[in-house]
Amino acid sequence: MIRTASIPPFERFYETHKAEVLAFLRRRAGRERADDLFQDTFLRALRAYDRLEHGEHLRAWVLTIAANAVVDAGRRERPAAQLAVEPAGEDSRPAFEELAALTAGLPHKERAAVVLRYGYDLDYEAIGDALGSNEQAARQAASAGVRRLRKEKEQR
Amino acid sequence: MTGVPIALDERFRATAAASGALDVAYDVLDDTPVGSLLVGVSDQGLCRVRFDPEPQQELERLARDFGARVLRSSPAVDRVRRELDEYFAGRRRSFDLELDLRAAPEFHRRVLAELRRVEYGHTTTYGALAAQVGSPRAARAVGTVMNRNPLPIVLPCHRVVGASGSLTGYGGGLERKEWLLRLEGALL
Repeated sequence: MIRTASIPPFERFYETHKAEVLAFLRRRAGRERADDLFQDTFLRALRAYDRLEHGEHLRAWVLTIAANAVVDAGRRERPAAQLAVEPAGEDSRPAFEELAALTAGLPHKERAAVVLRYGYDLDYEAIGDALGSNEQAARQAASAGVRRLRKEKEQR
Repeated sequence: MTGVPIALDERFRATAAASGALDVAYDVLDDTPVGSLLVGVSDQGLCRVRFDPEPQQELERLARDFGARVLRSSPAVDRVRRELDEYFAGRRRSFDLELDLRAAPEFHRRVLAELRRVEYGHTTTYGALAAQVGSPRAARAVGTVMNRNPLPIVLPCHRVVGASGSLTGYGGGLERKEWLLRLEGALL
């Protein structure tokens, strides 16, 4: 029987990951912007937290949220800029690893929606919260991502 | 890896509590006259008071009883802290706090509702409380409810004594029961 990790109290989740998330945000967005993005990241995580189905891959999950917060902030500031999204975390867990590699070519929103949906079993409402959009947008992003992956596979 | 600056950490905690997305915000009051107290509040009111808390264990309990979104936040418990300070200083005789007893079983809630009416400086007995909830033979069960009181001090289980007037027992230890009763002038 496979036992899935239970969801820790948010306090423990936050204490475990806050330093790494801040370091990640400072690298990606610079010291000045990192503080606001830190707030944004953990508030998004908090809003999606009660709909997590298990406590696996929480590090990769929160780093994905952080990466999206960086991209969203960049887009607000420079709408035309093309911002590349790197894999959010170097989590060695297979579900995330495989999905991270498989989805590397997708636009960032679609990629995040696919990873959160299929890597973390989040429902679309939670994904919408985590991405700072809504349920419908999350559903569309995930299905657009899956369509794109299928097309890529056919063309190969 | 460097840590998170305290100001940033506190800012997130305060914002999270203000956002309404927490199941429970809590803090540990370290220097009360009765020692260390953990207090927790939900959107419905005060939901936990615990003597000598073991933080990790208490986090798990709060998460189980109210939901996993439990976070320490000092400003969120300001009002509870202020009322407790006033009480310990002898300047407050009753608490003006909403109470969240949803995690307590039905019988416990009934007994705790009666307990809340026992006034400052007065005592009652386990048997009398049992009679008030319509179960005059349930003094022992009432004792169990007192022992598991989720909100000691605020719900004054220290005011409940044995039929002979002996202090009997207290979840936070008899010394504290005695101290609280002396504070209220119920013991000389």
